[in-house]
Amino acid sequence: MSGHSSYEFKNPVARWLDSRLPILSVARAQALDFPTPKNLNYWWTFGGILAVMLVIQIVTGIVLVMHFTPEASMAFDSTEHIMRDVNYGWLLRYMHSNGASMFFLAVYIHIFRGIYYGSHKAPREVLWMLGVIILLVMMATAFMGYVLPWGQMSFWAAKVITNLFSAIPFFGETIVTWLWGGFSVGNPTLQRFFSLHYLLPFVLAALVFLHIWALHVPGNNNPTGVEVKSGQDTVPFHPYYTMKDLFAIVAFLFVYALLVFFLPNLLGEAINYVPANPLQTPTHIVPEWYFLPYYAILRSIPNKLLGVIAMFSSILLLFVLPWLDTSKVRSGTYRPIFKQFFWLLVIDAIILGIVGANPPEGSWIIVGRITTFWYFFTFLIIFPLLGLLETPRPLPSSISDAVLSKKKTPESAAAPAE
Amino acid sequence: MKLTIKILTGLALAALMASPALAAEGPLPAKNISYSFEGPFGVFSREQLQRGYEVYKQVCSSCHSMRFVKFRNLGEPGGPEFSKDEVKAIAAGYEVTDGPNDQGEMYQRPGLPSDTFPSPFPNAQAAKAALGADPPDLSLITKARAGWEGKLSSLYLTKMFFGQGGPQYVYSVLTGFQDAPAGEKGPEGKYFNPYFKAGPWISMPPPLSDGMVTYGDGTKATVDQMARDVSAFLAWTAEPKMEARKRMGFEVLIYMAVLTVLLYLVKKAIWSDVEH
Repeated sequence: MSGHSSYEFKNPVARWLDSRLPILSVARAQALDFPTPKNLNYWWTFGGILAVMLVIQIVTGIVLVMHFTPEASMAFDSTEHIMRDVNYGWLLRYMHSNGASMFFLAVYIHIFRGIYYGSHKAPREVLWMLGVIILLVMMATAFMGYVLPWGQMSFWAAKVITNLFSAIPFFGETIVTWLWGGFSVGNPTLQRFFSLHYLLPFVLAALVFLHIWALHVPGNNNPTGVEVKSGQDTVPFHPYYTMKDLFAIVAFLFVYALLVFFLPNLLGEAINYVPANPLQTPTHIVPEWYFLPYYAILRSIPNKLLGVIAMFSSILLLFVLPWLDTSKVRSGTYRPIFKQFFWLLVIDAIILGIVGANPPEGSWIIVGRITTFWYFFTFLIIFPLLGLLETPRPLPSSISDAVLSKKKTPESAAAPAE
Repeated sequence: MKLTIKILTGLALAALMASPALAAEGPLPAKNISYSFEGPFGVFSREQLQRGYEVYKQVCSSCHSMRFVKFRNLGEPGGPEFSKDEVKAIAAGYEVTDGPNDQGEMYQRPGLPSDTFPSPFPNAQAAKAALGADPPDLSLITKARAGWEGKLSSLYLTKMFFGQGGPQYVYSVLTGFQDAPAGEKGPEGKYFNPYFKAGPWISMPPPLSDGMVTYGDGTKATVDQMARDVSAFLAWTAEPKMEARKRMGFEVLIYMAVLTVLLYLVKKAIWSDVEH
């Protein structure tokens, strides 16, 4: 589905350019005419939403950098300078900080959608694995961005997270010193985090390009999980999905605007408005909400090294999900038992998040351990076994068939009443 | 609507306070007084901010700095909105260090509207030497402190509906000094305040007493009144662009709501010829 399109441009300049660099025909084939299954539901709009969020983060970030000073004695003050003295600086900063939250909200929905509809399965494994790399880079970027305002939580989050590497046997301490650029979190740490926080979004953009490329080779999965069989099953991306995505994007931005304008500090920690103080540890060190489930996994394991390994494996597991999920049937719609374990997994992740937000005391420890166990149990035992044991419901012969029978159902249900 | 919110707030706070673990360990949750600037439509009261400034100037500023606020901010829209001349007069009332001059010397001059509020102490150590503790900077204090926390806030729900209670925290600490419970004795020179986060022993002596501030508008300066006014003022110093933010928020939301509906209709029209 790549390469030259047979389309002949009427405009002579366009034709001249396209015969030398087929950028116009590729754009036309991939962005406008691209055949897309006609049955995609709104869960599929989060890809477009994510692309928009990445652009918003990059644009607001670039402007913020014009006013920010990445130096330990000035970072906090320059953030306040942005909030107070830069024209619409408060808007830029609140968009950027809440944008990170909305970005993660969208990416988690996007990932769970992929798991439910089997979008990780052949022939889309590389597409999926690129997605997991994107998630990892996003997490690194978000973490380093959170450190930049150099508030109390910025500082102590940096300390806690970098300290995780000290669990590595033999070289741990050396690696941590290397990460910090000194013997403690300090100005060198802030400056390198700033540098990487500026670099990684562009790495993300490149990865997103690859992700979309890998998507455009097999084309979209769809809610039935049945491959496209004929032109009957698809519509051109434009105007059908451009308009559907645009509608979803603006609706999503509406929620984003609610946060930015009316609850800009809802997801932040009060203590991060206190400048970093290496001599005073906050009572509770908590990460941003989007890291809470991993934090819960980390703390559920009594051994530090094993905790770190468990935390990283919780994401690395996703890399091998295409092979852990052994079912030949893609879509969860036709997998009655998988469906239930899928929603249990979603609930499990949410409970892990709540555990991560609470101090590791009393019953939270037990809840954390059960949910951590369940997370790994689902991926490592249930998903592989289900594919072998579960009897899926019969699949529709094609997307068009599925669409037609869905349309018919209300009529046949109404039939007995006649 | 307001009443419903009040009842809900009361219930939530009652639930928070009822938690025995909290009552035993941590500080008391802040007294949930209401302010004019709460909620999506809330704006600051100019009179209150001006009175709050009086309290800051006459009481707090002798120990606490406010280093992110500039004199000119006092005259900007969305704040106390002092007149240009008032701002100039306020600034001129402070001595500011400037320099170096042609001789390489630092020198003192009367403040200008573009200057930040000078800090009462040159550095934290000097403050600590003079007072026994370093008083926190007040510019961001209402954003840097949460009035209540606990099980609900870990789900962000308390914060979503009742805010984080920063101004209420300041109010509660200012009005929350009590005699220490019988038999309990704190460290030398500390005062008992069950609302103080790192408490209950606080280095700050009870700063307010009835009538210690003379309000320009003739309002009676009770401790309660002064604590309300100065906490509202500090809510503004922490979030000086709040009014502009909420105003733009409504413009953006209305625009996007209309756009969302229009886009939905366009989408529906485009898809009307496809079974999907």
